[in-house]
Amino acid sequence: MAISDSSSRILAGLLEARTGQQLTMSRRWRIETALSGLMRQRKIASIDELITLLVMNRDARLSDEVIEALLNNETYFFRDRAPFDMLQRELLPAVRNARLAERKLAIWSAGCSTGQEAYSIAMMIAEDPLAWAGWEIEIVGTDVSRTVTDRAREGIFTHFEVQRGLGIQQTIRWFEERGDQWAVVDQIRDMVRFEARNLFDAPPRPGQFDLILCRNVLLYFCNAKRRDAFDRMASALKPDGGLLLGAGETVIGQTERFAADRSMRGIYRLAGGRDADRRATGS
Amino acid sequence: MKTCLIVDDSKVIRKVARHILETLDFKVEEAGDGKEALSFCEQTMPDVVLLDWNMPVMSGMEFLKLLRQGGHANQPKVVFCTTENDMAHIRAALEAGADEYVMKPFDRETLHVKLQLVGVA
Ligand SMILES: C[S@@+](CC[C@H](N)C(=O)[O-])C[C@H]1O[C@@H](n2cnc3c(N)ncnc32)[C@H](O)[C@@H]1O
Repeated sequence: MAISDSSSRILAGLLEARTGQQLTMSRRWRIETALSGLMRQRKIASIDELITLLVMNRDARLSDEVIEALLNNETYFFRDRAPFDMLQRELLPAVRNARLAERKLAIWSAGCSTGQEAYSIAMMIAEDPLAWAGWEIEIVGTDVSRTVTDRAREGIFTHFEVQRGLGIQQTIRWFEERGDQWAVVDQIRDMVRFEARNLFDAPPRPGQFDLILCRNVLLYFCNAKRRDAFDRMASALKPDGGLLLGAGETVIGQTERFAADRSMRGIYRLAGGRDADRRATGS
Repeated sequence: MKTCLIVDDSKVIRKVARHILETLDFKVEEAGDGKEALSFCEQTMPDVVLLDWNMPVMSGMEFLKLLRQGGHANQPKVVFCTTENDMAHIRAALEAGADEYVMKPFDRETLHVKLQLVGVA
């Protein structure tokens, strides 16, 4: 059964208005599959009936649920590996040096889905206890979808999820069996905080970050929304902080607020900031 | 090109794993149980073995112990790939000399990362 153009336009409009995410033509194909679980649960017989209910707007939770079902939440631990190796070898040691006086570190995983990205960072830090002993470390994950941030906070993953990206030594070190699932150990869970929060709302506490990860989130934004998102992240970044995007993503042609770091691959710095100047002149 | 020996009594699993491994640029060999795998290794050592646990004739665990005890030079990396998904099995496998552990079901991404972690991909 094909979904009508007008219905898919209404759903796409709802999604974009709330999250900035566009439903590309190829993803429109999957609307029905994406919504089938929700419709079964809510005993809604057809897409048309769903649209009617949405348009009548009697149930705010329904439109949240529709949006959550349409979002792509794909994620895994240490996604793409290389950027995490770079963080571990270069960026985190540099931030550590720069903050030796106050010993505070704040990291934001924006669009964190079920938490794998934020937990990966927490594991990396926990694996280097000597470097970070006595530091006040805040790792915050936010996502527009409450369903995924609730799951992230629980920190319980299936076999399939736990091994996507993780080596077995990390799995047995940082997870414990919980029935036939895997729960992240308290030491790691306690390092991370999760909040349901839209990128277009105020940033989470503490408001200013040393590192922002916004990976595989801005991909489907229209240009104006993407620019807005970059502006908001620029305001939430410390002057010498870094932004990490997903593997195929760039700031080039999207915003003037950020420029690529010359030496750290994949890291973006505030353009015109003190650090960018220093780097550009190589001093 | 690195060689991967898939040891699994299920034809279907061998087929799926072969497909993934070929897209990752491996030369793939197959064995249906531990004994076959052992005789393969006595001829030519692969770079990595993808090893099921429960198999007729000789289990993955027996194979691994014999392989590691055999005093063979250039030991391959061994990645268990099994439905035995609990901590006790994982620890036993690592103690017996496994390098990585994949729980079925798995996908290409998972296998790729595990092979990178053991240094063959
Ligand atoms: C594909 S996942 C990426 C997860 C993780 N960052 C990664 O790279 O593996 C994208 C996430 O961004 C979230 N997202 C989309 N639009 C958002 C918005 N406007 N505000 C906050 N999160 C959003 C989605 O709910 C989804 O969980």
